[in-house]
Amino acid sequence: MSPKTLYDKIWDAHVVHEDADGTSLLYIDRHLVHEVTSPQAFEGLRMAGRQVRAPGKTIAVPDHNVPTTPGRENPDQMPEDSRIQVAALDKNAQDFGIHYYPVSDVRQGIVHIVGPEQGWTLPGMTVVCGDSHTATHGAFGALAHGIGTSEVEHVLATQTLIQKKSKNMKVEITGKLRPGVTAKDITLSVIGETGTAGGTGYVIEYCGEAIRDLSMEGRMTVCNMAIEGGARAGLIAPDEKTFEYVEGRPHAPKGAQWEAAMEWWKTLYSDDDAHWDKVVTIRGEDIAPVVTWGTSPEDVLPITAEVPDPASFAGGKVSAAQRALDYMGLKPGQKLSDIEIDTVFIGSCTNGRIEDLRAAAAVVKGKKIKEGMRAMVVPGSGLVRAQAEEEGLADIFKEAGFEWRMAGCSMCLAMNPDQLSEGERCASTSNRNFEGRQGYKGRTHLMSPAMAAAAAVTGRLTDVRELM
Amino acid sequence: MEKFEKITGIAAPLPLVNIDTDMIIPKQFLKTIKRSGLGVNLFDEMRYDRQGNEIPDFVLNQPAYREAEILVAGENFGCGSSREHAPWALKDFGIKCVIAPSFADIFYSNCFKNGILPIVLPQEAVDVLMKDAEKGSNARMVVDLEAQTVTSSDGEVFSFDVDSFKKHCLLNGLDDIGLTMEKAGAIDTFEAQAAQARPWV
Ligand code: SF4
Repeated sequence: MSPKTLYDKIWDAHVVHEDADGTSLLYIDRHLVHEVTSPQAFEGLRMAGRQVRAPGKTIAVPDHNVPTTPGRENPDQMPEDSRIQVAALDKNAQDFGIHYYPVSDVRQGIVHIVGPEQGWTLPGMTVVCGDSHTATHGAFGALAHGIGTSEVEHVLATQTLIQKKSKNMKVEITGKLRPGVTAKDITLSVIGETGTAGGTGYVIEYCGEAIRDLSMEGRMTVCNMAIEGGARAGLIAPDEKTFEYVEGRPHAPKGAQWEAAMEWWKTLYSDDDAHWDKVVTIRGEDIAPVVTWGTSPEDVLPITAEVPDPASFAGGKVSAAQRALDYMGLKPGQKLSDIEIDTVFIGSCTNGRIEDLRAAAAVVKGKKIKEGMRAMVVPGSGLVRAQAEEEGLADIFKEAGFEWRMAGCSMCLAMNPDQLSEGERCASTSNRNFEGRQGYKGRTHLMSPAMAAAAAVTGRLTDVRELM
Repeated sequence: MEKFEKITGIAAPLPLVNIDTDMIIPKQFLKTIKRSGLGVNLFDEMRYDRQGNEIPDFVLNQPAYREAEILVAGENFGCGSSREHAPWALKDFGIKCVIAPSFADIFYSNCFKNGILPIVLPQEAVDVLMKDAEKGSNARMVVDLEAQTVTSSDGEVFSFDVDSFKKHCLLNGLDDIGLTMEKAGAIDTFEAQAAQARPWV
């Protein structure tokens, strides 16, 4: 048998049918659904008189526009249009008989945090969701990617997706990370290196010692942002850490099924001499704590650097950089660590897991946030929130002056009332710094939870190593 | 789905790289549970000020481009979220074709599901078409999917590649779900085999 990559192996195990031109029908093992990109798909099913083909493989949770303030079960807390959307998901989940975690359920949270937490996401699976950060689930060695609403409808109706195979790209992070450097710094640095279109047409497999050393939480952070690098999906081969994380979760296999699953899962790695269409290698020790300065995730620099001069870019990037600096209200040559911020947001499917909250709490412990600062922690799920309370992290945040919120997407995309106002500058652990992403004319700097926590304490973008 | 026919139309220039889906349709418009009616909010934050007045500089507000059916843009068009509201908004406005040096993966595929043709051309060709688009409403471009060509108002012809299956569906206005339903037997067989091989799924 010819050598295969991990991607090749998962792909081959899921092809239902392949046309001569390579157009394939791929079987989908898990379909995650949320309130924003699904109503039109369910409406489509109803209009055509179709059913959900595999309701047992379909999981729904509202996350994008639910409020994150305590007492939110009260429908009066939600604006009319958000309430209609959440109510539509309630109804669709019930009518079509799919697994559902309503707002009132402690297991509710961001769809990409709930899936792994509940053991829905398993190695070797195909996982899709009408959300681009579905790439997160790749951390388990699952082929996971975002789809549009028409495809959501297609998967609901047929449990398959029409796909063409992507190319294979290997991103290797060698050696060890330096102190203060985290999974977020890895994933941002990779995008800084390859650009936001560098992965277009590829599925990325992340490997190397620095990736192996990451926890499952860290690996999810890395894969989460594969989409920001343009890739269809990001993958990490499953290993002991993966199996340990999965074992015992509510929907993970048990007993003889677990044994059978393990047998297959252990074959899920890229063969030594597999073919790669593109290889990127980065030395772990070369990665610094980074922040973004512009309005694209590729606008990444070490915190010790200065705001770049647009003239230093090439082609269309010159005007893009100029536009970004105007939007961000920054000047070339300004030290990044001098940039003062108004708001700190810790949360999202990139960095809303327990390990992220631990890292942030370690920095703020015994300290206060800068006076006048608005800072909030939004746990990625109700269970993360409960665990953080049990571990005393919630108290650390509250004593420091952070708001302690309920689970949801919140200010990652600001569809709910958690938004930046015009010109407000935010240190954010989310994944997109696009114009207007966190609120009209809001200014976003992306960074790790530890770096965001440091910024909350000092009131400016800060090298977390100074506080360590 | 509507069939994609040959278009002879006005092309609007948008010479920006990394035009993301938040620019195309900001999130406050994602609260709809319908597909229609998003055209008025296409490029909302670039198109209107906070009071809802049109920003005259923005290309689609200029008289010459109000009827544009084609967009010419910089690389990595449609990056960001998977929201199909982006092609719905383009379509509702009247855009039937977007030409750029590259597109983000999910957006690219979403276009085809909505009868919009995204065309990838080399940067040099896009540069020529961008100049052509800047001429305004007298300059009409021709996009011929059958022949896989774009012709500038000066008669310069550029050929483009398109996946044969996607082309077939677009030309004939075919609905993917209907096509896949015809393979229900193959899906049944696969499902039965997979239930044996991976019963834990
Ligand atoms: S947290 Fe942000 S990126 Fe993640 S699913 Fe929610 S909106 Fe999308």
